[in-house]
Amino acid sequence: MQKRFMSIWFRHLLTDGLTRRRPELKTLPFVIATPVKNRIIITASSLLAEQEGAFTGMAVADAKAALAELVVIDELPGQAAKLLRLIGLGCIRYTPIVSIDLPEGLMLDISGCAHLWGGEREYLKEIVLKLRAAGFDARAAIADTPGAAWAVARFAQKRPIIPSSMQAAAITSLPPAALRLEPEILERMQKLGFCTIGPLLEILPQALRRRFGQGLLTRIGQALGIIEEYWEPVVPPVAYTARLPCLEPICTAAGIGIAIEKLLEILCRQLKNEGKGLRKAILKCHRIDGRKVQVAITTTKGSHSVSHLMRLFQLQIGKIEPALGIELFILEAPRVEDMGTMQEKLWAEAKGLADNALAELLDRIAGKVGINAIQRFLPTENHWPERSMKLATSLTEQPETAWPVLQRPIRLVQPPEPIDVMALVPDHPPRLFVHKGKRHSIAKADGPERIGREWWQDSGEHRDYYIVEDSDGGRYWLFRSGYYDGGDARWYLHGYFA
Amino acid sequence: METDKTAIVSKLRQDILLWEGYKPPVAGERGSLGLGPLESAFPNGIFPLGSIHEMVCASSEQAAASGGFVSAILSVLMKQGCIGVWIGRKERLFAPAFAGFGVQADKIIFISLTKDKDALWVMEEALKCPGLTAVVCELREIDFKQSQRFQRAVEQSRVTGFVLRNAANKLSATACAARWQVSPLPSTDLNGLPGLGFLRWKADLLKVRNGHTGSWELEWQGGNFVTVDKLAISEERQVG
Repeated sequence: MQKRFMSIWFRHLLTDGLTRRRPELKTLPFVIATPVKNRIIITASSLLAEQEGAFTGMAVADAKAALAELVVIDELPGQAAKLLRLIGLGCIRYTPIVSIDLPEGLMLDISGCAHLWGGEREYLKEIVLKLRAAGFDARAAIADTPGAAWAVARFAQKRPIIPSSMQAAAITSLPPAALRLEPEILERMQKLGFCTIGPLLEILPQALRRRFGQGLLTRIGQALGIIEEYWEPVVPPVAYTARLPCLEPICTAAGIGIAIEKLLEILCRQLKNEGKGLRKAILKCHRIDGRKVQVAITTTKGSHSVSHLMRLFQLQIGKIEPALGIELFILEAPRVEDMGTMQEKLWAEAKGLADNALAELLDRIAGKVGINAIQRFLPTENHWPERSMKLATSLTEQPETAWPVLQRPIRLVQPPEPIDVMALVPDHPPRLFVHKGKRHSIAKADGPERIGREWWQDSGEHRDYYIVEDSDGGRYWLFRSGYYDGGDARWYLHGYFA
Repeated sequence: METDKTAIVSKLRQDILLWEGYKPPVAGERGSLGLGPLESAFPNGIFPLGSIHEMVCASSEQAAASGGFVSAILSVLMKQGCIGVWIGRKERLFAPAFAGFGVQADKIIFISLTKDKDALWVMEEALKCPGLTAVVCELREIDFKQSQRFQRAVEQSRVTGFVLRNAANKLSATACAARWQVSPLPSTDLNGLPGLGFLRWKADLLKVRNGHTGSWELEWQGGNFVTVDKLAISEERQVG
């Protein structure tokens, strides 16, 4: 397919951006200036100031001499890039590939996008009018190459849309500055009498290279489409994406649901054909007030099932705030994984942890209450009770050791609760203990089971554990921290046995 | 004529049980789960799987005993490769203890939640998942409507659900198949050996649909439930 590019030029980018933030500047001639070599030079000048004769590149002192009421504002470094990035993100609704063209432009790769707005003329009009409504003095042009679009946007008076493969004819009458050349080369060209690009195209390339260097040939090649040009997009394009522009803004939950289902059908068909499964998906909703809302889902296992993913998104629809309406939905799958084809089973059997239904259930739970709520434990070779298990990182992770069969309480009190204890003989189990104001007199006891600390991990006292049973039949796990005759021996309740 | 009538009545009873979700034992399938005398209390003499059991826990001790009782049942239900889900409060259960009941804790997925509302939602979703064997949920309260929703979910998926209710003073009617209260009992010493004996519980079946309520004293002995009176006899034999 023939590539098409659109270049947008903001004639007063910095001053328009400032006026948008500070509307009181609208009626004042103002310039943005920065010190250069002991002089303060104008770097951007508003439309009013330009009409009064204060142009970019002038010294502020000279401009003030001509126009006393000129307002001078200090330049913030990096402001242009920040503004262009914001505008560029706003333009993503028109095409997925938007690049910043410093100092005062944007480059859009619009291949295959314009027909959604009813043709290139309507597309260009829509974008330019939208930008002008936002307060930016914008001009745009469409051509086969970024170079030609750039030249036409800035230097042509009319006909901003260059038909396919007509870029050479379109730029012949433009000045050499339209080729994005360095000032020294432009100066030399002016001396030699090149007022338009046309004569340059008729000279042999070898002669041009000898006089103006390789840079000029590259620029001409880029403008004519002989040499490819790479632009870095603001948002890197995602391989698996589906877009759904809406004729009418959508602002109901049911409408959003239908949009998501349509997008999922497109995306899942693509994933299925390529044998991929989706692990993470982001739904970006562009609203008509220019803002963007997004929700994301993740799955524990690659999936391309529309019904399952739809159910995950159903839980998220409540979080989407449509405000006045959503005009574009974009569904992206930034993380996908390879998926083997499932073989249908003739008989039902317990599939265990590899079960698809289980993975789908956990996805839904994670979507509702958060992924951190779901835990699976694996045994570790560690005697210290708090460290005798670890969290599994995935559903299919297998235990490295078997679970040790020890007498352990089914409910652990974490952290251990201090208790008051009476023991008759040192190193014997206690006779009674008081926990939360209740006295438990102990009828039977097992122990002690001494568990030492791992000195290479932490320092502190060992624990002597006793399993005790009170006269009512309640079974508890108690421990004494440290030796009985040690200065700070303390007793704790650490768990309840079944 | 008389025999005809009884035959008709028993046939009708079986039909009613079938409509309520109880299946008669199928030839060739092991009907008994090895839960001993507990099974006789239920219709057809089968511990009802694919239904909801509720456990009333009035104290931490009872909660622990109910947890042990449920994990003992899980050890029977969760055969090779079966998966269970345990929905509980934050960090209360101690996974290594399940090995003592013969349950591999890595086959259980723990979901720790703080709100009852979330727990009810997760429980219902889990009960709808046919790949699971059992779902255990610790709740403060459950109302009749919610228990009906659970029951409807398990009738489709045949998952067994256990609800551990903590607020014992506010017991409302539910649509659960059975209501249990398990409390710990003092263990007896084994032939004069010091220390604790086997885990001993008093299991009260407070309510049961189409069955008989009852109360048993049980011990968990090496992977099996044993009723205490039976145990006394066997001990006497050993002594004699």
